[in-house]
Amino acid sequence: MKTFSGLNSERIDALLASIRSVCEGLAEIRLMEVCGTHTVSIFRSGIRSLLPKNVRLISGPGCPVCVTPSGYLDAACNLAGRSGVTVCTYGDMVRVPGTDGSLADHRAQGGDVRVVYSVRDALRYAMDTPDKEVVFLAIGFETTAPATASAILEARRSDVKNFSVLEGHKLVVPAMRTLLSDPSTALDGFICPGHVSVVIGSAAYKPISREYGKPCVVAGFEPIQILACVERLAMQVREGRADVENVYQVAVKEEGNVVAMQRIEEVFQPAAATWRAMGSFPDSGLKLRQSYQEFDAARRFGLKTDGDYEPPACRCGDVIQGKVEPLECALFGKTCTTTHPIGPCMVSSEGTCAAWFKYGSVAR
Amino acid sequence: MCLAVPGRIALIHRSDSESDARTTATVDFQGSRVQISLELTPDARVEDWVLVHAGFALQVLDEGEARELWEYLQEADVVREIPVFAENPVREESER
Amino acid sequence: MTRRLIEDRIAPKLRNDLLNPLDDSATLELPAGRVCFTTDSYVVQPLVFPGGDIGKLAVCGTVNDLAVMGARPVALSLALIIEEGLSLEVLERLLESLAETAREAGVPIATGDTKVVERGRGDGLIVNTAGIGVLGDSVQLGLSRISPGDAIIVTGRIAEHGLAVMSVREGLEFETSLMSDAAPLNGLAQAILGAGADVKFMRDPTRGGLAGVMADLAEATGFSIEARESDIPLSRVCLHTAEMLGLYPLTVANEGKIVVVVSESDAEKALAAMKVHRYGQHAAIIGRVTDRAPALAELVTRAGGRRIVQRPYGEELPRIC
Repeated sequence: MKTFSGLNSERIDALLASIRSVCEGLAEIRLMEVCGTHTVSIFRSGIRSLLPKNVRLISGPGCPVCVTPSGYLDAACNLAGRSGVTVCTYGDMVRVPGTDGSLADHRAQGGDVRVVYSVRDALRYAMDTPDKEVVFLAIGFETTAPATASAILEARRSDVKNFSVLEGHKLVVPAMRTLLSDPSTALDGFICPGHVSVVIGSAAYKPISREYGKPCVVAGFEPIQILACVERLAMQVREGRADVENVYQVAVKEEGNVVAMQRIEEVFQPAAATWRAMGSFPDSGLKLRQSYQEFDAARRFGLKTDGDYEPPACRCGDVIQGKVEPLECALFGKTCTTTHPIGPCMVSSEGTCAAWFKYGSVAR
Repeated sequence: MCLAVPGRIALIHRSDSESDARTTATVDFQGSRVQISLELTPDARVEDWVLVHAGFALQVLDEGEARELWEYLQEADVVREIPVFAENPVREESER
Repeated sequence: MTRRLIEDRIAPKLRNDLLNPLDDSATLELPAGRVCFTTDSYVVQPLVFPGGDIGKLAVCGTVNDLAVMGARPVALSLALIIEEGLSLEVLERLLESLAETAREAGVPIATGDTKVVERGRGDGLIVNTAGIGVLGDSVQLGLSRISPGDAIIVTGRIAEHGLAVMSVREGLEFETSLMSDAAPLNGLAQAILGAGADVKFMRDPTRGGLAGVMADLAEATGFSIEARESDIPLSRVCLHTAEMLGLYPLTVANEGKIVVVVSESDAEKALAAMKVHRYGQHAAIIGRVTDRAPALAELVTRAGGRRIVQRPYGEELPRIC
């Protein structure tokens, strides 16, 4: 599989021709991407406008910001408002509203919120300013969790007392199971997240294909890879197969990144987690192991993070489960826009509603 | 969900401490350079392509595929640059 | 204190015939006809970034606002709000840069003001400039002149300023060969207008980037704006740096570019005039105005798909997810 032959239009044309012929005469094929970067790439490149009409791409709960419950944001804002506390966060979280405004609002009111590129920068800041409590907002899926684990291990080695993390990591495979357990979602296959798979390995989807009979194909993010993935999925649907395939072999190995998985394992254990607007389900998130609880910001500051409040009429929960498209939400594009977002899917730059709103969808 | 970008290792900085976990690398993203951790990819070497996410290399990219990646980048409709970091042999070789 | 600061440190750097008397107002002699008048305030952190600084920015921003109207800038005002604790050395360096940019643009600082505020109240340095320009009788620019078929040209590689500033932002620092494109564009604008092409509209794609200008054009004209992604000038460094940070180059700020709308038949003529100018070497025709309904700004992507380009919102932050 030539994964990076890039924007070569001949290859794109050949793939599109193949997809058209594979899908011809089939009923509607519903494929879900569970990765916000796929969502954005699909919109930016206009892939939807190129696919046959009976192929539907549905955006799933693939944006770590969108699945973070409002209670987590409220806890983060609470911390930002305390004197002597600095909240360090990836840029993604800054504008997401909790029940009482966003981190950006709290920063405007004097809260100490710093945007970082890496958790390493947050830890370094903690080491440089020992008189401040530095709390890192640990969000993201399996891709990002090893970085958080590494920073905690380093904080332990270097005996950094003023560093802690507000744990909000989520796990993708349990979310896929939840979606499949809900008959109203009706999916025919998954475009599996490329960079989560770099860590967990393509083998992690085998139980999904086996137990639920759904094809899973791991893809990278260039348009050509997404099209190659759609082709494989359509082929499996046509042939009635449900296998795990991988069109992102340049980066994704069957076993994933074993060192990264060990770091997660060392510091965290699976735990029930609340997904914004979807509710709580078992083993779908991470919590710090007993031996690392001193780095748990929720514990250190006595905060809860799992509260979940949704603005009235906001359908983000249904949108991220692929049950409705953003256009079916009464707020979309009217009171809820990228300038004045109401729900989390509109706030995050890779949220499904933001992608629909920002990149539009000329065809379909 | 998770943005990760391929870059090429220009330099490796081994920590003088006992822990491998502190090894970092300067990774070149076609003209911008960032220092990242090699903790999760202890086998990475200078000139390897790595996939970087949030300041960590997540995977060493397969050599053959990485070359294809490079060719793809050459093909892309991007204005050609004057070589940057020209003093660096890795970069010069990359620019061909 | 402030008086000495002005007399010893500030005025000498900006020396010119209009400012020299240090009277309460400057006296300008303007030709009869239309005059353009604009103002902008500049806040940037850090004050110095690769390829520029707040001084250069404060001149370029205001000069360029006049330039894209087709006006010849004749004078600027300058107000400095200095936070206590800003080192005199840094201040002098910023003023030298400001003065040099004004010299390059050929526009004198005709009048000025300086205030010093307490520590913690000023962001180091805040600069306001206002500018006056004269508009020649032959200049006929306006959104209402745009019609389907017109070509859209951008005068060079996009996204350099925003990414260069980000590379030195506290907590996000990375090493880069990127430089801000900040430049005074009055010379380029006059060269474009003097090319004998039917130029209909110009705008500088600063905050909001090229995406912002495209969206504005579609909304204001009621026509669709169609650009080809592969024709948009973009350096490889910018492409990959933006990718690394999770930003989209079309939405990143520029401080040395103009988006030009010109009649289709004159597009090559206008382009040729840009390409011989120092700040227009990488100019390219990126798209056209169409009557496709509804009126939208659209991008034909490298993959051959189409998507809508919208005005970006809020502050562009690097993202990880």
